[in-house]
Amino acid sequence: MIMGSILLLGLFFFPLWNIELGAPQYPEPLGLNIHINGLQGQSEFDIQNIDNLNHYIGMKTLPKPEDMWEFTVFPIVVGSMAAIGVLIGLLGYFDKLAYYWFFGWLAVMTILGVLGMYDFNAWLIDYGTNLDPKAIMKLQNPDGTPMSYKPPLLGHEKMLNFDAYSYPRLGAYLMMVGMFLTLMAGFMGWKTRGKKVKSITNGTLATN
Amino acid sequence: MKKIYYLIGGLLGLTLVYMGCNRAAGPNTNGALASSAAEKVYVAPGEQDEFYAFLSGGYSGNLTVYGLPSGRMFKEIPVFSQFPTSGYGYSEETKPMLNTSHGFIPWDDLHHPDISQTNGELDGRWIFVNGNNTPRIARISLETFETEEIIEIPNSGGNHSSAFITENTEYVIAGTRFAVPVPQRDMPINEYKGNFKGALSFISVAPETGRLDLKFQVLMPGFNYDLSHPGRGKSHGWHFFSTYNTEEANTLMEVNSSQNDKDFIAAINWKKIEDYVNNGGGTKMATNYAHNVYSHETHTGTTTMKKEVVTVDPTEIEGAVFFLPTPKSPHGCDVDPSGEYIIGSGKLSADLTVHSFTKMLAAIEGEKFDGEAYGIPILSFDDVMAGIVKSGGLGPLHTEFDANGNAYTTFFISSEVVKWRLETWDVVDRKPTFYSVGHLMIPGGNSRKPFGKYVVAMNKITKDRYLPTGPEMEHSAQIYDISGEKMELIYDFPTHGEPHYAAGCPAELLASKSKKIYRLDENKHPYGINNPSEARVERNGKEVHVYMGTIRSHFTPDNIEGIKVGDKVYFHITNHEQDFDVPHGFSILGQNTSELLIMPGQTKTSVWEPKQVGVWPFYCTDFCSALHQEMQGYVRVSPANSNIELSWSLGE
Repeated sequence: MIMGSILLLGLFFFPLWNIELGAPQYPEPLGLNIHINGLQGQSEFDIQNIDNLNHYIGMKTLPKPEDMWEFTVFPIVVGSMAAIGVLIGLLGYFDKLAYYWFFGWLAVMTILGVLGMYDFNAWLIDYGTNLDPKAIMKLQNPDGTPMSYKPPLLGHEKMLNFDAYSYPRLGAYLMMVGMFLTLMAGFMGWKTRGKKVKSITNGTLATN
Repeated sequence: MKKIYYLIGGLLGLTLVYMGCNRAAGPNTNGALASSAAEKVYVAPGEQDEFYAFLSGGYSGNLTVYGLPSGRMFKEIPVFSQFPTSGYGYSEETKPMLNTSHGFIPWDDLHHPDISQTNGELDGRWIFVNGNNTPRIARISLETFETEEIIEIPNSGGNHSSAFITENTEYVIAGTRFAVPVPQRDMPINEYKGNFKGALSFISVAPETGRLDLKFQVLMPGFNYDLSHPGRGKSHGWHFFSTYNTEEANTLMEVNSSQNDKDFIAAINWKKIEDYVNNGGGTKMATNYAHNVYSHETHTGTTTMKKEVVTVDPTEIEGAVFFLPTPKSPHGCDVDPSGEYIIGSGKLSADLTVHSFTKMLAAIEGEKFDGEAYGIPILSFDDVMAGIVKSGGLGPLHTEFDANGNAYTTFFISSEVVKWRLETWDVVDRKPTFYSVGHLMIPGGNSRKPFGKYVVAMNKITKDRYLPTGPEMEHSAQIYDISGEKMELIYDFPTHGEPHYAAGCPAELLASKSKKIYRLDENKHPYGINNPSEARVERNGKEVHVYMGTIRSHFTPDNIEGIKVGDKVYFHITNHEQDFDVPHGFSILGQNTSELLIMPGQTKTSVWEPKQVGVWPFYCTDFCSALHQEMQGYVRVSPANSNIELSWSLGE
């Protein structure tokens, strides 16, 4: 449980998600690393270069940390959840809390995760469809509706000359491992309920 | 037990995959085409070459970059010649690179490239080249592939036995082909003999920056110092120059300087002379020469006129200079990878003369002299000669080496490359060239560590090799595979200008450090702008400075008014891209100069002096983006006496 929560802190160091844009002219794709506290180019000038290309289709420039509340709130939420998780873990270790607290933490974390994904998707939709009416290139789908440039939430999508790839990165994987460990810790707690929680926590740690 | 089944199953699966692969690959690797020349030079679309080759451009004044084995040309690097393609020598920033003591010179004749070395091996930091006509040496960065420095050589004429570097790039060495009065003065030409001098220049290279400094000049007798190569390994510290016209003739040279049966290879112990100079030896001579340095921070070249040079009389230093008699006006003077053998190619002969460094030292020690010339000891031929290569060819010129004790010599008259073995002096193979080959090049073939896979022969005569293009044609080059016992001609390709010597190196030495962009945050150009928002136009009397930004796909500003006939308008264009391979260009109607091609992060300046009233368009000359055609603007030019205010805008 403690380990699981601490793994959340990986989100402060490693990107949560990554969107790569490859094209004939970009054999080395442009890339965007999404951290919980802001966006970073995969290579040094990628953000500037993505913005530059996006201006042709009238897309807004990519947000700076101060442009979106998420980049302020997410670190607080993640930090808090990690702290609470460690606290629950410690209390569990000293038999002050029962195993279902682990599941409780996991449930909250899952809800927050889903909300985060929902928010991320909403942001992608906004950027991909809320375009400058004076855009240089105004492209339409075959049915006459304006073309959307929303990258996929997960996976690959072809947009004009670009292949967009959207996948979780190390920060997200660490979070998932953390959540899995918590699940295991809760599960072990449930199996040995009534016995000492101390040994359970040790067991979880050992499975690392 | 179950686990063992899995294991066996897995192994079986792997075996099947392996066999499947084998079957698929079989016909390609073992088929009839395997040894074909086409396959050897074919670099498939999207693949890259194994070697870089830098071919001098001769009278183009520039250096060309090719790939081996494909023979594809990647770039022409402007060095001594104005190059409208990029604006080199036309832009305000690069004009100073072509300054000399004779003023601005838009051209030279570039002959011999040499890549920098550490411990006798190619290190790929810089490549040095010589300007033959108005003697100069240039240093080109192998990160930016741009000319960074050009230094003029005073007291020299026909800077031909240049630009060869010592094995730790201590010096670039530049010898004069034509003897001249030193210092230059008004005197009768027919008083050449005994009065003219041959200056051999030693230009030090700063280890970190590559910065050149003419450290000293050795004033030799007035022979013609034709070609040279550095000692290496055991002979490091020596440099060898071939000479002709030891007759010191000054007219009808083709006859009069071909009379002596033997001329010399001059062996210079530069370490000894360096010590002498470091200890205050030599004479400071007043002179005047230009030193031009380009900065990648300001993107600007600056000229400094130097007024003094240290000259050395070699006869004042015991044991510093010796002459090795060498038959028949030797041209090439090449040193093998071990540093033991010095090959003199008597160009009017069939044979090659090979001198031994060890024997030379012994002859000096034993004072085996055969007279002297102007106070310089001539070593006895028999005491320094290691062997004669009975080539069977005619007109030997240049020799390069592989790593297996073989040497490869070009023969101009019999038009062939001859492979022979060091130490046995036996000819192993010969292949024709098309036609009349000059230099040849093996990557690293002039170093302690040759990469003996290919040799490139660069020919002087093309005739029927390609589709005819009128009387004037590009020269031809051939690539031979030399990985086997016999050479195999595998490709033939036209080259640009007149390649003399070339230098090559493995691709991995340079490819990964080739710069992609210049960083805007390192741009210190005084008229550069970090951001298009700083774009503006300023007037200072009749001078107008336009601080202009470019980014896909517009100029900032793109409308300018208030310019008057008689103004001198400086367009300072900064490329604000920081993306690989997104240059922007600039040209304006009626400019009396070339366009500019500006790389990401660079600032370049073009001067325009409008002579006619009107509204004149300017545009981007590089197809930079989908909206390139829209990357354009106007300058309104009013009569000289008009009082239209200076104004500029974008998107208003």
